[in-house]
Amino acid sequence: MKKLLLITAAVSALGAPLVSQASPEDDLKAFRGYFMERFPNVPLEEFANGVYAIDPASREQWEAIEEFPPYEIAIEEGEELFNTPFKNGKTYASCFRNGGIGVKGDYPYYDTEKGRVETLESAINECRTKNGEKPLKWKKGKLASISAYMAFTTRGQTIDIKIPHDQRALDAYEHGKHFYYARRGQLNMSCAHCHVDNSGNKIRADILSPALGHLSHFPVYRSKWGGLGTVHRRFGGCNKQVRALPFKAQSKQYRDLEYFLTYMSNGIPWNGPGARK
Amino acid sequence: MKRRTFLKGTVAGGMLGVAASAGLLAPRMVLAAWPEKAFKAKTVDDALNALLGTSDLSESGDIKIKAPDIAENGAVVPITVSTDMKADSISVVIAKNPSPLACSFDLGSNTLGFVSTRVKMGKTSDLIAVVKSGGKLHSAKKTVKVTIGGCGG
Amino acid sequence: MAKKKIRIRAKLKGDVAEVKALMSHPMETGLRKNKKTGKKIPAHFIKEVICEHKGNKVLVANWSVAVSKNPYLSFKFKGAAKGDMVKISWSDNKGSTASAEAKIG
Repeated sequence: MKKLLLITAAVSALGAPLVSQASPEDDLKAFRGYFMERFPNVPLEEFANGVYAIDPASREQWEAIEEFPPYEIAIEEGEELFNTPFKNGKTYASCFRNGGIGVKGDYPYYDTEKGRVETLESAINECRTKNGEKPLKWKKGKLASISAYMAFTTRGQTIDIKIPHDQRALDAYEHGKHFYYARRGQLNMSCAHCHVDNSGNKIRADILSPALGHLSHFPVYRSKWGGLGTVHRRFGGCNKQVRALPFKAQSKQYRDLEYFLTYMSNGIPWNGPGARK
Repeated sequence: MKRRTFLKGTVAGGMLGVAASAGLLAPRMVLAAWPEKAFKAKTVDDALNALLGTSDLSESGDIKIKAPDIAENGAVVPITVSTDMKADSISVVIAKNPSPLACSFDLGSNTLGFVSTRVKMGKTSDLIAVVKSGGKLHSAKKTVKVTIGGCGG
Repeated sequence: MAKKKIRIRAKLKGDVAEVKALMSHPMETGLRKNKKTGKKIPAHFIKEVICEHKGNKVLVANWSVAVSKNPYLSFKFKGAAKGDMVKISWSDNKGSTASAEAKIG
């Protein structure tokens, strides 16, 4: 923990542009090491299951739900949408490597041409606009279903986000990292306060899931939502919960945050879409 | 008579085809109208009386309820009721819900005493499984805690 | 675009057919309020589920709003063989119905 704080403090102390004193690889090592030490009985790949990897009582309920998970409906819907051609006759397959099958692991990535982090959802909508279709809403509905289908065909692959030797990519990563550790909202808390410092502890009746593995299982069907939501929907929700104004889905803040956070789950299997409370 | 009940209910035309092709129904499986009174009842006893004609329950160790001690989310509580008794029906009553009767299952003659579903619980409550067998009502219950989440609800 | 309203998985284990079904339905309780208009969202829920095998009603379920959204149902019965069809149909309080069949594997 102290090690992480030092890295963060060193980073925050410097102004913009953020020049890291520790490389992303060092960060990843420290991040992973912290959680493996905090939860010694949990193998690395199990962190893909979040709170269910550390709490047997809720795991039992999750396993009951996974017997026939509600996100299956969305996967099917997503597959149908994915295979339905646009008005111009082309399909989503034409926009992705390998026809769009098993490619969620390509995202998020730093697009050196565009100069920004590209996420799966932004790629899906770009495919639409490129082919004369209107973009879909970012947080739920059809876009989430397509994302669920693409996540499903990627299941089992290992998260392996790359940060190219490009200062802008590094800046995006650092920007995301800074966001994660920065306090915000009326409750003046950072993502790290709950999901790093207090992972495994209770916040009222909820058990806080560890940040390690957090982005392995999106999009996610939350019982609370009664439906599927994308990563940025959850980011917004979490920000609202500490009484901070949420950023817009696919804003630079959330894209960079997704970049940092997914990188921190490198080595863990992709297992979306997921079911959570 | 049965046809009129059918049409009176909210069952649309498509279902008529199903019932017709089903042929003769086993006496136990008479297609009764949806038990509105039972579902609207506000107490456990009223619900059971309306649904099964009595609220006399005898506790049985042969009814197993699989349900969480603490529900992760009260909107989706996975439950399984199982029994080795020859069960005619299994009913699920959630005592503290606004309307205690949650659901009821009429079992065919070859159907095992086993049913699994997901229910909504408004607050911490006893979950009562009622099995109709041998002309009697047998029951088991389990307390399921429902809490308010921490992350803003 | 047809949305599959009932998904069924049926397997024969020994002499018992185990059936699991996941249905797509809002199961609206009628107690929630529309956050924007303040008006109550009317109840919309599956009332009856009929499960059949070879024309016999294996299970008839009567449901209320207390069954969770996108409901799940699992039951077991004897007297079925591999390759038999099991059929599940539901009807809701608005008069909508849905039906699906699956082979017992």
